[in-house]
Amino acid sequence: MIPAAFDYEAPTTVDEALAALAKGSNVKVLAGGQSLLPMLRLRMASPSTLVDLNKVAGLRGVRDDGDAIVIGAMTTHDDVTREPLVLQHALLLAKTTQTVADPQVRHRGTLGGSVSHADPAQDTPAALLALDASMVIAGPNGRRTVPAAAFFKDLFTTDINEGELLVEVRVPKHTGWGAAYSNITRTAQSWSIVGAAATVQVSGGTIAQVKVALTNMGLVPIRAKAVEQALTGGPATADAVKAAAAQAAVGTSPMADSNADEAYRSHLAQVLTARAILAAAGS
Amino acid sequence: MTAVDEGVTAGREFGKSRRRKEDARLITGRTRWTDNIQLPGMLHLAMVRSTVAHGTIASIDTSAAKGSPGVIRVWTGAELKGSEVGLPNAWPITADQKAPSHPAVAQGRVSFAGEIVAVVAARTAAAAADAAREVIVDYDDLPVVLDMEEAVKDGAVLAHPDLGTNISAVWTLDSHSGGTGNDVDAEIAALRADPNGVVIERRFRQQRLVPAFMEPRSTVVDPTGEQFVIWSATQVPHFVRIFMALVTGTPESKLRVIAPDVGGGFGGKLQFTPEEVITFLVARELRKPVKYTESRSESILSAHHGRDQVQRLTLAGTKDGKMTALKVDILSDMGAYLGLVTSGVPVLGAWMFNSIYKFSSYRFTTTNVFTNKTWTDAYRGAGRPEATCAIERLVDTFAHEIGKDPLAVREQNWIKHEEFPFTTVAGMTYDSGNYEAATAKAVEMFDYQGLRSEQERRRASKDPVQLGIGISTFTEMCGLAPSRVLGALSYAAGGWENAAIRMLPTGKVEVVTGASAHGQGHETAWSQIVADKLGVPFEDVEVLHGDTQISPRGLDTYGSRSLSVGGVALVMAADKVIEKAKLVAAHQLEASVNDIEFADGTFTVRGTDKGLAIQAIAFASLAAHNLPDGMEPGIDAEATFDPVNFSFPHGTHLCAVEVDTETGQTKIRKYVCVDDIGTVVNPLIVEGQVHGGLAQGIAQALYEDARHDESGTLTTGSLVEYTIPSAVDLPHFDTDRTVSPATSNPMGVKGVGEAGTIASTPAVLNAIVDALRPFGVDDLDMPATPVKVWRAIQNGAPSHAGGDHSHVGDHSAGQVHTHDDHGHTHGHDGGAA
Repeated sequence: MIPAAFDYEAPTTVDEALAALAKGSNVKVLAGGQSLLPMLRLRMASPSTLVDLNKVAGLRGVRDDGDAIVIGAMTTHDDVTREPLVLQHALLLAKTTQTVADPQVRHRGTLGGSVSHADPAQDTPAALLALDASMVIAGPNGRRTVPAAAFFKDLFTTDINEGELLVEVRVPKHTGWGAAYSNITRTAQSWSIVGAAATVQVSGGTIAQVKVALTNMGLVPIRAKAVEQALTGGPATADAVKAAAAQAAVGTSPMADSNADEAYRSHLAQVLTARAILAAAGS
Repeated sequence: MTAVDEGVTAGREFGKSRRRKEDARLITGRTRWTDNIQLPGMLHLAMVRSTVAHGTIASIDTSAAKGSPGVIRVWTGAELKGSEVGLPNAWPITADQKAPSHPAVAQGRVSFAGEIVAVVAARTAAAAADAAREVIVDYDDLPVVLDMEEAVKDGAVLAHPDLGTNISAVWTLDSHSGGTGNDVDAEIAALRADPNGVVIERRFRQQRLVPAFMEPRSTVVDPTGEQFVIWSATQVPHFVRIFMALVTGTPESKLRVIAPDVGGGFGGKLQFTPEEVITFLVARELRKPVKYTESRSESILSAHHGRDQVQRLTLAGTKDGKMTALKVDILSDMGAYLGLVTSGVPVLGAWMFNSIYKFSSYRFTTTNVFTNKTWTDAYRGAGRPEATCAIERLVDTFAHEIGKDPLAVREQNWIKHEEFPFTTVAGMTYDSGNYEAATAKAVEMFDYQGLRSEQERRRASKDPVQLGIGISTFTEMCGLAPSRVLGALSYAAGGWENAAIRMLPTGKVEVVTGASAHGQGHETAWSQIVADKLGVPFEDVEVLHGDTQISPRGLDTYGSRSLSVGGVALVMAADKVIEKAKLVAAHQLEASVNDIEFADGTFTVRGTDKGLAIQAIAFASLAAHNLPDGMEPGIDAEATFDPVNFSFPHGTHLCAVEVDTETGQTKIRKYVCVDDIGTVVNPLIVEGQVHGGLAQGIAQALYEDARHDESGTLTTGSLVEYTIPSAVDLPHFDTDRTVSPATSNPMGVKGVGEAGTIASTPAVLNAIVDALRPFGVDDLDMPATPVKVWRAIQNGAPSHAGGDHSHVGDHSAGQVHTHDDHGHTHGHDGGAA
C-alpha cells in the first residue's frame, strides 16, 4: 500500500530536528521505521510532515556518565545488544533487546523509537522500567528528564509533548546484577504475549535487591512490586521465587486479544516472572 | 538438511544437484516481475473494496474521487462495461451445482468484505490510492452467514438470497455403489455390535488459510491495435487467455498472455481474477496500457483463501488393530463465490481419506457451502492435506483407543509393497510404493525407540516439558491428470502437457514448455533433462515458458504436475528430435538408419568411427543442402503427453515436539521425513520443495489461521495478525528419500511440490496431542497456539479457543491485535472512506 503524501525533513542536529517539529502540528518523527512505516503504508498514520532522525549523528551511541549510562535515542537495538557499557551496567536491557523480533528489525529499529511508540507489547520498555531508567526529552524550552514510571502514560501514549523529542535514555548502573527476560511469542517476529524482565543482585545466596517489570500486562509496562518486596532479603531458591512470583499479576490489568485472554496472561506473568528471576539470579 | 547428492544416476545431468540457473535474477530482482513493467502512458488502478460482508449498495458517490489529482476516471459496477459478466467456475462437480453470478465489480450487492465495488484509474499508483479513499459507498446491511454448520441448517441466513440455499453441491464417492468395497454403514453397524469392535467418531476442523505467496498479484494490459498483451503474476497464463476471451468476448487470437517471472503461487495464483478482468476492461475502454498491483493487505483479504472444512469422520475396526470402515462427511466452505476450481478442491480429497490403508468399506461426502467470506480455492495440496490430516489424526486416535503403537497400527493396515499395483477402496489404482522401506529408514533416522523412552521418562518424572511423537505416513495423488478422468469429473480442461524442442543452427537448444514455472526451478531441471537426452551442454539449453505466443500449448503449473506430465512430454519431444536427426545422420554418413547409434550427443555408424555431433546435424538440417529426399528442413520436435494415471508420492514423516506445559508453548525438537517421489532429476530442487512444503504444513499446525469477526470482517488482515513462520521459527529438517519409480510414466517420476505440505501438518499435531495424552487431551484445534495448548491442559479436553468464529464466547474470538487498537479494525486498504 502507498502512504498518503507527506513533506520530508532530514535534520542533522537535535536543534534542527526541534525546529522542524515546530513547523507543523501533524508531524511524525521517523527513527528506525519498524512501526511507523507499516502504519504509514496502512494509512493508520497520515502525517503532513515526517522528520527523519537518521542523519542526526549525535543521537547514536552510548556513553558513561558516572552513576548512569546514557544511550542515544537513535541507537539501534542491535548496537544496544553489543555495546560493552550496556552489557556491563544494564545487562537486563541487552538481554531484553536480544529478543526483539529478528536481526533485520534489530538493525533498523532503535531504542528511542520503540520507547516513543509505547506499544504495550514492546519488550524494551519493561526492561527500562525495571532498571529505573529515565527519558531525556528535548523541547523548545530545553531538556527535561522523566522517570520511566511517569513516561509511559497510556496505550501508545508517552510524556513526550507536541514539539518535543526523546533524545537520550539514562540508565542507572546495575553493575554486576544478574538479568533475564522471559517472554512468549507466537513467532520470532511477533510481539510478546507476555514478558517478564528481571534483574537481581545476589549476595551469598540471598537476594539483596531485585527489580521486575512486566510486558503486555496492561496498557503500560508494570513493576511487579509485590514480588520484589517478597523476595528482597530472602533466599534465592526456586521455591521462594515461585512463591513470590505467584503475586506477579497482582495489580495488573491485562488485555484480551486473539493470542491470549486475561487469565492466560495472568498465569504467564507468574510463570515467566519466576523463570526470569531464577535465570537472573543464576546468571 | 541432509546432503542428498546421489551423484549421477542415469546420465551426466540427471540426478545431479545443480544450483538453479534462474536464481541469480530472481533473488536480485533484476528481472521481469509484472509490477516492474513500465509502458509509455501507462495508467494505474486502485480498487475500492466492500467494507461490509453482505449488503446492498444504496449509493456510491465518486464525485470527490473524480476530482482527486491525477485521476482519469472512476467506475462503479454499473459504469464499467463488461464488469457485470460472471467469472467462470471450471469445475461444476454436480449437474445441479448452484453458483451465484460472480461479476468482476459488484452489481448492486456485495457478498464478502473485500469485494470490489468501484475502480479508479489515475496517472500514478499513488494518485489512484489517494482517490480510492475518496469514494463514498453507502450499504444497506444484510445479515451474514459465516459458519458452515449454521449455514446448512433450516432457516439459515443466506449468503446469496437469490439462490434460496447455502448449499452449492453435495458430492459422494461410495465404495459400495462404485463396486470397490462394502457398505460402510453396514460394516460400522456390525462393528458397533461386535464386542471386539471399535468405532470412533471425531469432528475435525481444517482452518482457513491464506496462501501468502511472496509476490502480490499484478496485471498489466497493453492494447495495441486489435491485440492485447496481458502480463499477469499468474500460475496459469493459458487459462487466463481462454477465460479472458470467454468473459470479455475478445477473440482468443487477439490475446497474448505472459506470465513473466512469478514470485510464488501455491495455488493462490491458480485463478482467473476479477482484478485481471477489470484491468483488461479499463485498458480496452481507454485504449491505454493499464497496471494494477495489489497491496499485501489486499492480497490477504481478497486473493482466494484455502482449506476451511468441518470434517465428521467415523472409523470402525477391531481391537486387534484392523481398520475396516471409514465414513467421511465434510462441510467445505466455498466462501462467497466459486472460483476456477473452488468446488473441486474437496473432491480432490475424496480418494485420499483412505490413504495407504486397506479399508473394506468407504464413503466420502462433501457438502459445499456458501458463506459471506472470501472465496476459497486451491492452496498447496488442495483437498489432499485436508484428507491426510484427518486420516492420520484418526489412525493415531484409533491406536490410542486400542492401546497399540500408532506405527504398528499403520503397518498392520497399509498396502504391502508386494501388493502393488493396488486398487483402493476408493477405486484409485496406486501403481507403486514401498511404505515399509520409507518407514524403516525414517524410524532409524528418528531414533523412534529412543524418543519413546525419553517420553516415558518425562511422563514418569512429571517433567514440565513433555515430549510427544507424531507420525504421518502419507500418500497423495498428483501429476494432474489423465484428461479422460478429468472429463469424467466434469473438469473443464484436459490434463495433458506439451513440450517443444528447437534445435538452433548454432547448436544451441530452445526448450518450450507449457508448464508455467513460478519459482519451482523448471529452467534448471528441464535443462538437465534435455542436456542428458540430447547430449548437449547444460548451459546450451534455454527454457522458455509462460507466454501464450511462445508456448501456445500448455496447461500450466499446479497439482505437482510439471515433471510427471510436462517432463515426460519433454522426453518424448527429445526422442522425436533424435529420430529426425538419425535420418539426417544416416544420409550424410551414407549409412542405413538402422546402423546409426546415438550416445553423448554424437550419431555414429555402428562399428565405425564415423560420426556427427547433434549440433552439426542441427546446422545441416537447417542449411538443408543435403537432406534425404522429401525430408523437411529442421529437426525440431513437439510432443504432448496425456498421463494414463495419477502419480502417488508417499512418505513417512516423524515429528518430536516438546510442549512446555506451564506456558503452552511448543517446540519442534526433531523432524524426520523420508519421501518417495520416484526418480529424481535434481535432488537440490527436491530438497527445496520439501523444505518449503514442510514450512507451510507446519505453519498450518502451529501458526496460520484466517479469522473473521461476527460481522464478517477479516481480523487477520495483515502479516502482524496472520502469523507466518520465518526460518528462525522452524526446526532443522532431516530429510531423505527412498525411490520406488512410478510405473505410470516412462521417467518414473511422481512429483514433489505438495508432498511436504500434505504430510507435515498431522505429524506436528499428532505429536502435540501425544505429548498431552497424560493430561487427558485427545484433540486440539489448529493452529495449536500457546493459549490453546495451555487451555487444553487446564481443561483436560480438546480446546476450542479462538480460530473459529463459531466458538465466540470465550476469550479470544473476534479480538484484534493491539497494533490495530488505533481504532482501525483491520488493515485493508483501498477501501471506501
